[in-house]
Amino acid sequence: MLFDKFREMADFQAQLAARDVKPFGAVTERIISATEGIVEGREVILAGTNNYLGLSYDQRCIDAAREAVSRWGTGTTGSRLANGSFAEHEALEREMAAFYGVDHAIVFSTGYSATMGMCATLAGPGDTILLDADSHASIYAGVTLSGANIIRYKHNNPEDLAKRLRRLGDDTGRALIIAEGIYSMYGDIAPLREIAEVKREYGGYLFLDEAHSMGTLGDTGRGAAQAAGVEDDVDFFAGTFSKSLGAIGGFCVSRHPQMEAIRYCIRAYIFTASSSPSVIASTREALRIVQAEPQLREKLWDNAHRLYDGLKALGLPVSPAASPVIAIEMEDRSATIDCWKALLQAGVYVNLVVPPASPSNNYLLRNSVSAAHSTQQIDAIIAAYAGLIDAGLVTPSQAA
Amino acid sequence: MTEYQDTLEFLYSALQSQNKKNVPLEEDTALVADIGLSSLEVMEFIEKIEDHFDISIPLNILPDVNTIGDLAKKVQELNP
Repeated sequence: MLFDKFREMADFQAQLAARDVKPFGAVTERIISATEGIVEGREVILAGTNNYLGLSYDQRCIDAAREAVSRWGTGTTGSRLANGSFAEHEALEREMAAFYGVDHAIVFSTGYSATMGMCATLAGPGDTILLDADSHASIYAGVTLSGANIIRYKHNNPEDLAKRLRRLGDDTGRALIIAEGIYSMYGDIAPLREIAEVKREYGGYLFLDEAHSMGTLGDTGRGAAQAAGVEDDVDFFAGTFSKSLGAIGGFCVSRHPQMEAIRYCIRAYIFTASSSPSVIASTREALRIVQAEPQLREKLWDNAHRLYDGLKALGLPVSPAASPVIAIEMEDRSATIDCWKALLQAGVYVNLVVPPASPSNNYLLRNSVSAAHSTQQIDAIIAAYAGLIDAGLVTPSQAA
Repeated sequence: MTEYQDTLEFLYSALQSQNKKNVPLEEDTALVADIGLSSLEVMEFIEKIEDHFDISIPLNILPDVNTIGDLAKKVQELNP
């Protein structure tokens, strides 16, 4: 039957409902600040939002959006190729290109459509894509549409990438290497110096998704490649406006002049409505703030280290290193759900991640840190996790 | 023993650690339906094969692979 394949998911949803838990699609009933809200009837600290710099609730971004919605209206009602290119979109593209020091930028309606659309378009039949095994779902969706040969390399493993490029022989000129700056589930940073070295030795083009690293890494916030000093080795930078920039949308920038031809070949760009001008206006203001206020990144990393060190000191199985994304990994689904619920009841909202969204067969309590978190809020998050241990819901031996 | 049978023998040995149900491993044994490999376990199995034969197996071919024999034939094509 058509619906048989959904039975497992329906059963899982029924189990969650029976336990009065709604970890997926939990409703935020009110936003109090960038780091506080009412979720499922409870006032909570928001520790699962990717709002790394807290700009979703910055008054300057709100004012920019308000002014734009008055000037431009609520939507564009069309794609960029038809009636949906407003001056705001072109201005943001110029500003994104200038931010990265390149000549070409494309703005998309979502981050998902940016990475999916670029990956589906850059490589085609006869080309080869080499992607990190832990790549985001949007990348997997894009490469599947591309028609190219798709080869995975082991996660964050430049030696494995080198081996696979070597196997391509003379065909590396048609190879697209895909990596991410910060990986979204464990928050681990790609070894970009080594990946760039491999690319220099064997050839190929490098596409880097800076979704979680733009705004959070690098001297001026350009991301992991800037932090690693290898921006010249990156052919295409992609990212999102829905994390550090606090809005919604995506981008790809490049030094390659072919970008202007590529733009008109991306179905995810051509056949979807462009972003509302108010969204673009708040994004432009957020981009200005990212450049003007490096102290936001410093505060973010102070908070990240404080949370990571605190969770590690509790003996919890934290992800490999301090990062804006910090995950607690557990083997047991039921225990992880109980922990998620207990955290919410203790006033902390985090993300529950289950396979296949998690990179292994394990379950994650995924925390994302914000520059807008106060020290007291970070300590309250740590205290909520300590409460899990006190309640016997998690022990280091129970963890993965 | 032919090269194809050599490949099959390697696949049988590489699968042993993932064969939790102790299903008899034969050419027509299905990786998912019979052995019960998860998508992640399939990828771990593929990595073992790639390292052993020094080949890269494109993800594109996996929809056509159901059995150990299907995979052995693909390995043969990629490792002439």
